Amino acid sequence: MLNATYIALIPLLPLAGFLLLGLFGRKYFKNSSGIIATIILLVATVLAIYTAYTYFFEVGKVHGVYQKLIPLKYTWLEFSKGVSIDMGILLDPITCMMLVVITFVSLMVHIYSLAYMKGEERFATYYSFLGLFTFSMLALVISSNIFQIYIFWELVGVSSFLLIGFYYDKPSAVAACKKAFIVTRFADLGFLIGILMLSFYSGTLDFNTLIERLTSPGSTELSTALSSSFLGISALTWAMILVFIGAAGKSAMFPLQIWLPDAMEGPTPVSALIHAATMVVAGVFLVARLFPIFALSAPEALQLVAYVGAISAFLAAIIACTQTDIKRVLAFSTISQIGYMMFALGVSKYGGENGLGYTASMFHLFTHAMFKALLFLGAGSIIHFIHSNEMKDMGGLRKLLPITHITFLVACLAISGIPPFAGFFSKEEILLAAWQQNTIIYWIGLLTSGLTAFYMFRLYFGIFWSKAPSLSDSAHRKHHGEGGFAMMLPLVLLAIGAAAAGFIPFGNFVSSDGKVLESEFHLQLSIAPVTFGLIGIFIAMWLYKKQNDKPDKIAASINGLYKLAWNKFYFDELYIFLTKKIIFNLIAKPAAWFDKNVVDGLINATGNTTQFISKKIKGVQSGKVQQYAAYFLVAAIAIAVLFIYWWK
Amino acid sequence: MSGSTIIFYMLAALTLVSGLFAVGTRQIFRAAIFLLFSLIGVAGLYFWMQYEFIAAVQIVVYVGGITVLIIFSIFLTQQTGEKMPKQKLGRQIFSALAAFCGFALIMLQVYQHTFTFTGSLNLIVDPNVQNIGNQMLGVNNGGYALPFEVVSMLLLAALIGCILIAAPSNSPKRGELPHSNPKSETT
Amino acid sequence: MMQPGLYHILFISTALFFIGVFGFLTRKNLITILMSVELILNSVNLNFIAFNKYLWPEKLDGLFFTIFIIAIAAAEAAVAIAIIINLYRSHHSIDVDNAEELKY
Repeated sequence: MLNATYIALIPLLPLAGFLLLGLFGRKYFKNSSGIIATIILLVATVLAIYTAYTYFFEVGKVHGVYQKLIPLKYTWLEFSKGVSIDMGILLDPITCMMLVVITFVSLMVHIYSLAYMKGEERFATYYSFLGLFTFSMLALVISSNIFQIYIFWELVGVSSFLLIGFYYDKPSAVAACKKAFIVTRFADLGFLIGILMLSFYSGTLDFNTLIERLTSPGSTELSTALSSSFLGISALTWAMILVFIGAAGKSAMFPLQIWLPDAMEGPTPVSALIHAATMVVAGVFLVARLFPIFALSAPEALQLVAYVGAISAFLAAIIACTQTDIKRVLAFSTISQIGYMMFALGVSKYGGENGLGYTASMFHLFTHAMFKALLFLGAGSIIHFIHSNEMKDMGGLRKLLPITHITFLVACLAISGIPPFAGFFSKEEILLAAWQQNTIIYWIGLLTSGLTAFYMFRLYFGIFWSKAPSLSDSAHRKHHGEGGFAMMLPLVLLAIGAAAAGFIPFGNFVSSDGKVLESEFHLQLSIAPVTFGLIGIFIAMWLYKKQNDKPDKIAASINGLYKLAWNKFYFDELYIFLTKKIIFNLIAKPAAWFDKNVVDGLINATGNTTQFISKKIKGVQSGKVQQYAAYFLVAAIAIAVLFIYWWK
Repeated sequence: MSGSTIIFYMLAALTLVSGLFAVGTRQIFRAAIFLLFSLIGVAGLYFWMQYEFIAAVQIVVYVGGITVLIIFSIFLTQQTGEKMPKQKLGRQIFSALAAFCGFALIMLQVYQHTFTFTGSLNLIVDPNVQNIGNQMLGVNNGGYALPFEVVSMLLLAALIGCILIAAPSNSPKRGELPHSNPKSETT
Repeated sequence: MMQPGLYHILFISTALFFIGVFGFLTRKNLITILMSVELILNSVNLNFIAFNKYLWPEKLDGLFFTIFIIAIAAAEAAVAIAIIINLYRSHHSIDVDNAEELKY
């Protein structure tokens, strides 16, 4: 049976770790904080796996359908009858899956950081931030109330802000964390308005009630939400679009993707945590959480999700082909893979065979967490060795970093969708779902998959093959080593996950309506993606395995396009133009002028007048008692005269 | 002109002239002595009005008490014989003018006002000590027992206040002043 | 020359009062200021007694007020002198113009 205490402990343990290390870490646990946090998270991970096991195999399934269980619900703030902010736990397949993914990846990052962040001045602070981040993400996925999810949504934003800006003495890190915070916060505004609209129409904030009211045809809430419209689109669709804007901001979807590459300024394990398991998939999770409403009541919004996802996947893949900073390549590949998940959700329908996209998306989320965390941690190990992020500083490292090399290769194969690695299965399902529903998106996805294989192997060959390792690197190896047990263990564990996760029969566990989905294996459809992947790999091999000038020549021949992609399609510049030129000049400057001259002017005028008058009458207050007495006497006589002769 | 009238004018002259000197002289000790005479003049006026008890109190408290207190404080704080610094002329003229205006105003009012006399100039109630005492400590209609007690409390408070204010609480004791006797430190 | 009466006494008391006021305003030394205050109080006493005698001879209330005023004046003089001594200790002067910290 499920015990709510265990489940509540999963997020609360990292919170306790955060409080403990945040308050006392710097003083009392300066060196032991990493171990403490790791042990705490290990307990949470075990609890999460236990919870998931209990749910999937013992209590979750009733008559072949996975139920949405609410083992704990505590009304926190009641606005009116039915509309209340609750603190609760909602267990369903995706929650259980997310619990496992988050705790597992976070545990890997904790272990990895033991070595990676060793000797850092703010070691304890780092671990307390990790705890806060893990806590908010875990609490986000178990939220039973849409406002609760919003609270933790923002907490995730805050803690990612703290982690990205961890090296706060680096100006670029400060700029990056501000950018991440502002962009996601801006998107969250949409989410908040979406929440308000949803709760206004449905009269509840509780997920289960909300979904039930807004999906059952004929209910009064649904018909009002559908009948009131704005610009020819129903209010419910608007609400869902707004919610999706929030999700797109968190998941760095086009056109809000600009913060993610900059977020690489944080410590590399943090990037693994943010980009693999947690922050960026929060958006996918939110769409999945509200999927029945999207699918049944607002299909237009779901179309938007599909196209935004597809465009993001494609554009990010193109940009990733040109970047030279390995973490940035990985960041764009994350955007691309999240785009995959989004369009898989977007092409899905609710229930039955047509709900394949939903399952595929969650499946891809799961496998992606494995191989992307592996890629980032591997990149961290490389950066740890080379002390540089740039690909040109690397090359021929396969002998120097054997374990990293193997695990990185596994991850690259997984993300490229080469059988039998995990990515193959999930990607194949996504493309199958797209094939069934929307051919345009299918072709975009297929092309992207080829590009993915290309840029990942460009990275792989660039780092591990290409030129021979320089002598200084070899000498470096002698006294430096590959990074110790704490760094290698997560790599190996994640590599096993990335290799084997695909064999999990995911449709048995996660589906849009809770029923078991038998995913069939379509051989003829899996040929195309694998072929595209292999083509990508071979092109990369041809271009990058040996150091040569072919890539430069090709880049020169498509100079314009290359530059466009290298500059990330000038999105940053566009935003800067929008904010600096338009918002600052047209809105902020007049507002500042008004503030400076009118508002401040009024205040200053008050102050100046007071000052002027007080300066003038300062002399009266001389502190000389006799002067006061003289004034008093004169005034008394004057008043006496006034009263006796004037107002008789 | 009867003897009584002559005495009145003499007392009046004594009071006012010594009052003027008391505020006018630049030697503080002389000012105190003139004040003494002015107060004696007021006491004489009480006598003239046949309020012997008040006159006695005036002499005992004011002449015997307050004036002596003032003279003591002069000794404590001032080198006698030195002339006090002169006040600014403008201030003096202003004060004289203000005081004269006030005086003129009030005298104008006094002379314009007609008081209702009871006719008899003889005292109906004899202000002797017995009558005063009876009424002072009486608790029935017209008794002053309560104000009497209040004043006693006030005097107590003043007593404690004086001790607290004048007592050298924080300042070092005599002989321990830092510059009192530098030679004694060396021995 | 008429028999001196209420008006004469009132003239004396008013004159004494404003002599006191003049002294209060012009003196610099705190002790002489205290003396001026005593003069003012005396003029008030004189008024009370005069009104009692000429207007309400059947009562003794004016007399009581005088007695209380004398008592309070005694207390006031004692407190004032204590303050003066304290001031002298801290400022080494009893010039009222030197004690002008009140303006801060």
